[in-house]
Amino acid sequence: MFAIPFRAVFVCLVFQTFGFAQTDGMASIKGGRYIPLYGRDSSLIEVQDFELDAYPVTNGQFLQFLKDNPKWQKSNVLKLYADENYLRQFKNDTTLNDTENPNSPVTHVSWFAAKAYCECQGKRLPTIDEWEYVAMSDEVTADARKKASYNQKILSWYETPRTDERSIGKTPKNYWGIYDLHGLVWEWTLDFNSVLISGESRKDVDRDSNLFCGSAAIGATDLMNYAAFMRYAFRGSIKARYSIKNLGFRCAKNSTETL
Amino acid sequence: MKSILKILSIVLLLSAYGCFKSKKKVYTNTEDIPVHREMKAELTAPPNVPRPVGERKAKKLIVEMEILEKEGELTDGVRYVFWTFGGTVPGSFIRTRVGDEVEFHLQNHPDNKLPHNIDLHAVTGPGGGAESSFVAPGHEKVFSFKTLNPGLYVYHCATAPVGMHIANGMYGLILVEPDGGLPLVDREYYIMQGDFYTKGANGERGLQPFDMQKAVDEKADYVVFNGNVGALTGDNAITAKVGETVRLFVGNGGPGLVSSFHVIGEIFDKVHVEGGDLINENVQTTMIPAGGAAIVEFHVNVPGTFILVDHSIFRAFNKGALGMLKVEGEENENIYTGEQYDGIYLPEGPGIQEMPTTDGVVESEIPAQNFEEQMKFGKQIYMQTCFACHQAEGQGIPNAFPPLAKSDYLNADVNRAIGIVLNGKTGEITVNGQKYNSVMTRQMLSSEEIANVLTYVYNSWGNNKTVVTSEMVNTIKNK
Repeated sequence: MFAIPFRAVFVCLVFQTFGFAQTDGMASIKGGRYIPLYGRDSSLIEVQDFELDAYPVTNGQFLQFLKDNPKWQKSNVLKLYADENYLRQFKNDTTLNDTENPNSPVTHVSWFAAKAYCECQGKRLPTIDEWEYVAMSDEVTADARKKASYNQKILSWYETPRTDERSIGKTPKNYWGIYDLHGLVWEWTLDFNSVLISGESRKDVDRDSNLFCGSAAIGATDLMNYAAFMRYAFRGSIKARYSIKNLGFRCAKNSTETL
Repeated sequence: MKSILKILSIVLLLSAYGCFKSKKKVYTNTEDIPVHREMKAELTAPPNVPRPVGERKAKKLIVEMEILEKEGELTDGVRYVFWTFGGTVPGSFIRTRVGDEVEFHLQNHPDNKLPHNIDLHAVTGPGGGAESSFVAPGHEKVFSFKTLNPGLYVYHCATAPVGMHIANGMYGLILVEPDGGLPLVDREYYIMQGDFYTKGANGERGLQPFDMQKAVDEKADYVVFNGNVGALTGDNAITAKVGETVRLFVGNGGPGLVSSFHVIGEIFDKVHVEGGDLINENVQTTMIPAGGAAIVEFHVNVPGTFILVDHSIFRAFNKGALGMLKVEGEENENIYTGEQYDGIYLPEGPGIQEMPTTDGVVESEIPAQNFEEQMKFGKQIYMQTCFACHQAEGQGIPNAFPPLAKSDYLNADVNRAIGIVLNGKTGEITVNGQKYNSVMTRQMLSSEEIANVLTYVYNSWGNNKTVVTSEMVNTIKNK
């Protein structure tokens, strides 16, 4: 008797929450031009306006995704899309290990799984250029790459072990209102493998002078390059089905989609 | 006839035996050396080395090397995140012989942050293996190579930024022994020098991050053997007995500095120059380039403690490049007599030695919070500054340096003691009934450090348990 109106309210609520969730927790990034350590044509890159998740996706959020999408649970996932380390922090298909923090960034996810997660939310993974564009800011400046303090902080994170176990949102909010780009985990990008780095970093000097000449030059930009080198080197070492303890992700979407 | 046959058969047998003996084929091209069977390589942490190869034939040798990024200690109270091959700096020692087919498994621990690879200087091939071994955290890469040239070689990580990976400790040694092995000796040890660049100055406590700018400028804060300041001193010293021959496999990981390797009180009978075939004899100091190695051998004739140093000598006494070889056994006065005469020599003018003064002795960044910390920090300073003369238990050295243990002179007047540390002391004093007449230079310590070290001294070895504060030191300083 009362069931029908009640259900209608329920559906509505769910729908509304879902509607908010699309922009909820995202920050608007105003596009611009910049020269990354490396660009596809090794020059000025233009980034369009877009939106980016303020926080990396957490264990808890990913757990919900697994419940809604059983094909990404670890016993069901296609081996083509995830290696043996996929979701290692899970006891079984839908339970985290007791030692895991639901509020720390989800890791041990493959690129395929990260991509699917974002698509289920009507989003996508950010591109390298977008990610690096947002990541070059500190708390007050959009492009802080020349500041010694900015680079020192990033380098010291690269050296600190087990940061993947920390909760999200504890690092300072950056210029765009984004947290944790540096300090917790590496993050997947849509086109992570578009910069080809062979294992032999010294040889790459010939292959793309923009990418590796910096390592030999002595100058003010060296520190900046060193932090970025490590990200590009990391991206160069991984494959899309890899699931790694220090690698998580967040989602992005085009600005126009929100209107 | 019969006897002729007998002789013939013996001759035949002998020639067959001779044939058999000379069957050990010498390969002009080491590439052609065949491998027999498979074996897992024994890997050892420094300062130890695996068993010599001896007469064994070339084999397929399986090396499993795990990369670990882990926190450790550079010196007392100074922490550092080391990146390591096998959990140690330098990495595990690999021992092969010429002609071995090495199947190299490089494993990057899942907890690690970064991708790594390995360039072995013993490899003939692009990148020394770096190209084939680029491995993400939680993965393993396998590649194989044949050891073509005997010698002692460095291996290191070659992932961008290469300098940083090496500066954090990613280097080690791989030995390729010649056919039949190196001649056997009594003792073998593995020693590798490296320079470290920390954000804080030498001795600044706490977890110190890597300082890229200092590394680019090649201004090292620490230059050490085997990954930390005390790795080869005190209880960690390497040992030998009189009459033995010692062989040291010495490498230099760099990243920046070249080593002038020297053992105080010994002459190297033999040096495999740069780790290769060339043998030089009777060498005092051998140069080891960054990314290079040498094998040094010497016979130990007399007992004592022999100090291993980088003879760029401030590195040894101020930055940590110092190790010890302790030799036990009978004295041999034909070779070394020890002290034979001690008399007075008075040149004109006072002979007070004074260190050049710098006004700013910087206060340590983390002051002691309580008595326990004062004792801990005080002990560190004692071991760095006072130990050489006053000795480990404050016992001093008879007729030369007065004791601090149960010292009536010390316990009588704390302000006098503070004054001596601040300003030095020269001239005759009487301690526990014994007269001493020597020189103590003024010590370049901050007030906080003086308070800590004196508190340590007063609360050790039967003294009167005075606690000294930096305020007390400042009062004397400002008088």
